[in-house]
Amino acid sequence: MPRMETRMALQIIQSNCTVCGACEFECPNAAIKFESDTYIIDPELCTECKGSYDNPQCAEVCPVPETCVPA
Amino acid sequence: MTANVISLNGLSVGSKDSLTKALESEGCSSSSCGSSDAPEDMDPATWAKVKDHPCYSEEAHHYFARMHVAVAPACNIQCNYCNRKYDCANESRPGVVSERLNPEQAARKVIAVANEIPQLSVLGIAGPGDSAYDWRKTKETFQRVAETLPDIKLCLSTNGLALPDHVDDLLDMNIDHVTLTINMIDPEVGTKIYPWIFYEHKRRMGLEASQILHERQMQSLDMLHERGILVKVNSVMIPGINDEHLLEVNKEVKKRGAFLHNIMPLISAPEHGTVFGLEGQRGPTAAELKKLQDACAGGANLMKHCRQCRADAVGLLGEDRGQEFTMDLVPDEVTYDPEKRETYREWVAKEREDRRNAAAVAKAETDAAVADEAEALLVAVATKGGGRINQHFGHATEFQIFEVDAEGVRFVTHRRCDNYCVGGYGEEDKLELVIKTLEGIDTILCAKIGDCPREDLEKAGITAIQDYAYDYIETAVSAVYRARHGLPAAEIETA
Repeated sequence: MPRMETRMALQIIQSNCTVCGACEFECPNAAIKFESDTYIIDPELCTECKGSYDNPQCAEVCPVPETCVPA
Repeated sequence: MTANVISLNGLSVGSKDSLTKALESEGCSSSSCGSSDAPEDMDPATWAKVKDHPCYSEEAHHYFARMHVAVAPACNIQCNYCNRKYDCANESRPGVVSERLNPEQAARKVIAVANEIPQLSVLGIAGPGDSAYDWRKTKETFQRVAETLPDIKLCLSTNGLALPDHVDDLLDMNIDHVTLTINMIDPEVGTKIYPWIFYEHKRRMGLEASQILHERQMQSLDMLHERGILVKVNSVMIPGINDEHLLEVNKEVKKRGAFLHNIMPLISAPEHGTVFGLEGQRGPTAAELKKLQDACAGGANLMKHCRQCRADAVGLLGEDRGQEFTMDLVPDEVTYDPEKRETYREWVAKEREDRRNAAAVAKAETDAAVADEAEALLVAVATKGGGRINQHFGHATEFQIFEVDAEGVRFVTHRRCDNYCVGGYGEEDKLELVIKTLEGIDTILCAKIGDCPREDLEKAGITAIQDYAYDYIETAVSAVYRARHGLPAAEIETA
């Protein structure tokens, strides 16, 4: 299904997340926060790094495959 | 938390008073009491840096303890021997940790440990993750600790990729020990170890990844060396991938000024969930490791007393008291009490001077009594630290192995084993394992041993001796050596 243009955001699959925090460190929009034992992405702030980098930084740095994925 | 008592060579210390009394009653037999000169092969400035660091000085590891705090779990590279999800309190190996701390918690924990373990001299940040990558957390932790405990040595362990960006910070914080993990100097070899790195906002794969990593590692080593920061290089020995190559790594890091090279055997099992573990990649045997270490003779000095400790280990090398200091046991507010550590340091300065003098005397006696060509012996020692034979055979979880020949007594390695004696009773099947662990050993020295295990060891060709209980290791090993070669020595009776 094509994604809606308005929802430019990634999400973190919590069951995969190792809580290393590399994504929080790399996010250019400060969209990632540590909340109740896990990291979450604020869809209002996430731009999928468009205009900043070639690829979403959270997905680039995440050590676990398929963990930072389009929401 | 219960009040811990320092227990070394039978000297139990609970307060400054009791330790001072113990000091007085022992007197001072050395002419240069309180000072501890550098060994002949080391310049005084380097000795000053390493003399209290258990990982950089084999001698120091008998006296001083380290602790690690896991504050920077993010990593900028992926290694095939690492699984970022692994977490287990019973597993002892690098990168494994049970709790992650923020810098404030970490600083509090360091104070709590310093109050209980006066041997503490070093705080390391060594993973999981890379200490130089999320540098804000490492830096804040070090700054907080330095405010309260300015005499704690700060050190970090890193893959080197991000380190060149922070070298000036290291100087500002007086950090003079850095461990770089370097597993290759040939990026082609690197491709089999590192699937990717994250560098300058991009994930880079394959040869490009290893090429960049290699260049940054060499740059880190050069920058650290230029600034007088001591570098220990850790290399994971992976049979069939970099085992022979590590000889070249050893030469290269020596050329670039590394102080010490620590070749560590790969720890790999399917249940670890690592790429190597799942692929069935094996670690090297003890013999393969020894062969490589021997082949490195003449290159960078090798560290042989590494215990490959957990990333949240606390205590002397070879012991881990981390479970006594989990965050739920650390009070919300802790005040540092310097007294125990200061007293301990005074005691150690004298003790190691005495030990060195005693070793020199023993060496002179051996020189006079034993022919140069006499055969070398391997002697195992049960010790709780302090450079003395002070542990019950049944309580040992590892043995330190010393080699002695006409040249003198040298630490060779340690061998791990489960303790044979549990709850006061020895278990026969465990003893079999311990005997297997001691293969090739001529004599074992311990503070005490029961008749049954002693007889079983005897049947396996290993002589167990308890007559040197609480003596210095070098003195006792020298005496065993002289006795073995049929020359008159102090009265020696097997236990």
